[in-house]
Amino acid sequence: MSAPIRPLHLAVSIDRPGVRDAEPYVRAARLAERGRLDFVTLGDTLGPPRRGESRLDALAVLARVAPATERIGLVPTVTTTHTEPFHVSNAVSTLDWVSNGRAGWTVEVSATEAEARHFGRRAAAPADELWQEAADVADVAARLWDSWEDDAEIRDVATGRFVDRDKLHYVDFEGPGFSVRGPSIVPRPPQGRPVTAVDATRLLPRAAAARHADVAYIRTGPTPSPGAVRAARDDLHARLRALGRDPRRIVVLASLPIALYAAADAVALADLAGSWWADGVADGFHFRPEDPDRDLALLVDGTVPVLQHRGLLRSFYPGGTLREHLCLPRPANRYATARRTA
Amino acid sequence: MTAPGARRRKQMHLAAHFPGVNSTTVWADPRSGSQIDFSSFRHLAATAERGLFDFFFLAEGLRLREHKGRIHDLDVVGRPESITVLSALAAVTERIGLAATVNATFNEPYELARRLASLDHLSGGRAAWNVVTSSDAFTGENFRRGGYLDRAERYTRAAEFVATARELWDSWTPDGVPRPFAHHGRHFSVSGTFDVARSPQGHPVVIQAGDSDEGREFAASAADVIFTRHGTLEAGQAFYADVKRRLSAYGRRPGDLKVMPGVTFALGDTGAEAQEKAAEIRKQQVSPQNALLALEQVWGRDLSGYDPDGPLPAVDPDPGGEVAQGRVRIADPLAVAARWRAVSEAKGLSIRQTVIETTGRQSFIGTPASVAAQLDEFVTAGAADGFILVPHLTPGGLDDFVDRVVPLLQERGAFRTEYTGATLREHLGLPLPVCHS
Repeated sequence: MSAPIRPLHLAVSIDRPGVRDAEPYVRAARLAERGRLDFVTLGDTLGPPRRGESRLDALAVLARVAPATERIGLVPTVTTTHTEPFHVSNAVSTLDWVSNGRAGWTVEVSATEAEARHFGRRAAAPADELWQEAADVADVAARLWDSWEDDAEIRDVATGRFVDRDKLHYVDFEGPGFSVRGPSIVPRPPQGRPVTAVDATRLLPRAAAARHADVAYIRTGPTPSPGAVRAARDDLHARLRALGRDPRRIVVLASLPIALYAAADAVALADLAGSWWADGVADGFHFRPEDPDRDLALLVDGTVPVLQHRGLLRSFYPGGTLREHLCLPRPANRYATARRTA
Repeated sequence: MTAPGARRRKQMHLAAHFPGVNSTTVWADPRSGSQIDFSSFRHLAATAERGLFDFFFLAEGLRLREHKGRIHDLDVVGRPESITVLSALAAVTERIGLAATVNATFNEPYELARRLASLDHLSGGRAAWNVVTSSDAFTGENFRRGGYLDRAERYTRAAEFVATARELWDSWTPDGVPRPFAHHGRHFSVSGTFDVARSPQGHPVVIQAGDSDEGREFAASAADVIFTRHGTLEAGQAFYADVKRRLSAYGRRPGDLKVMPGVTFALGDTGAEAQEKAAEIRKQQVSPQNALLALEQVWGRDLSGYDPDGPLPAVDPDPGGEVAQGRVRIADPLAVAARWRAVSEAKGLSIRQTVIETTGRQSFIGTPASVAAQLDEFVTAGAADGFILVPHLTPGGLDDFVDRVVPLLQERGAFRTEYTGATLREHLGLPLPVCHS
């Protein structure tokens, strides 16, 4: 049994199949913001529609949500298999710019033949290869975010220079699947690096999470067992230590499906969340509502006030960026550090 | 109000280009704001919407430009990614079209069609795609596909890309049922089921930028708007007639493709004041360092030792010399150098003065009334259907135009006095695409 090492963090999925306009997403994100949750997630895939239901590009939806919200973090799923790492990096970075530092992304792969046929560039690959590549994409994205030092833009009228090009860096990434020269076309975003999240339930993505994630989800079924989540978190922490990473630099969230029908369900969820957090099972929760309207309303108006009343959850946002909500420091720029120590 | 008979006259379309990564954009001016903060984009888009513009336009560059092997540092560098910015702008605007420049060489149809259809849904039918192509391995170094496409191949790929995207956009029935798609062509072999329902415009508006023969043909076959270079009235008329003539081969009518040159402007209370302002802007655009750089691009040599306020170099250009990467190449540097020398000698101009004199002066200079009349003349004389305005300042560069020129265009009956439609297609007077079943 380990004591909590950070405050209780809460996130919620605002997935809703078949929606074709922004309004329901805006409404859900505002509601979650009223509950002072750390962030909302929106899933995505490049596969065919499920049950014939339309879906929209998740990052675009959350960019649309950004100006309609003020504090809540925005974390779309972005896939790395059939996409261009350079574009992925730019899009996530731009989400950080339009939200003033509230962006993250959940790294996901495209494993199916159906997705491969939508692109016609490569056959479906085995999961280990896809997750190795996903880790490379996360790595190169972070390098591209660092490829501009924070003070690269100088606007020096005397010398006519808009940027100090000594503070722009080639990333020169060469991996088995792709290479990227850099620098980014987008200046370093407000958070330095947007928050990288990985569903670390399975072992292959867990290895990628250990290297690159700021947030890891451990998925559970409808009758969650704390033991399985705790074991996954312990394993993740061990992997971080083996890589020389501080386990306090990763936020491990139990990702729970929820179905709340009445106030008593909301209180029961608060009981579970409070005890798991106090017992050191997880750093917080990522809730996946069965019915987005019903469950989110009860979560925000039922579960959250109970947790706040018990002193387990803050009642205001002390910071402005997603990293601040998650108590994660703004990363130092690897190239600036290297240049100063050179 | 509208003058009698004004209803029959041709009205122009207007678009606003966010000041970009080039030497048109003046960053040294004290009024120049952030090129990256969302507030700058919001200000300019809101100004354009206040002016009832058809659309707001974002450019793209996929590799930072280089000069003599180093990153070019004299112009604005860096910008956010277009579709993401426009998705955010959809939240803070209501009517104005949102046009993203996206490269067809370094993207794949399924993903891009999906992103554009998403933007169209999120904006209630205001999305546009400016299709551009790249051929250089320099830009390719940032991408999986890397490599090089020859010029003709660029356009065949772009044309097939757009055709494939349209097949995806058409794959859902109007009543919301997805149908399988399959496209097997020279550049793309894809099949499956698209996951975005048919968007409000059916197809986002397609813009083609470029004046080459291949570009014109591509526009005639596939685009709704052609973004062209601005020149003299006569050159505009010839271009306009040429692209409109090409449409019939594709079963299209002249109104199906709008010709919109990119233009700059300088306004003043008097003609003389406008000329003074124009000259001041040109001086800001061509800093001493930028003048030397422009010279080096023509000469193909390192000329950093020359004084920008001194005479042109006596040494001849190196026709094989290549100092710039990520820019359009100068076709005939020897001829350009000869012209610059002639201008310099005839008028006794320094390097900087010569560059100012010979490169891109503003398209329209004058009082608001005079600029309104000049713009209207281009449209009524059959040289353009409208204009893409390129302000030189972020974010306030369009304020004067919207406050002072738009009302005069409206008085002349040359521009709308309200948005009458909700979608960009409606603003542009373009028909909804037919849904192929």
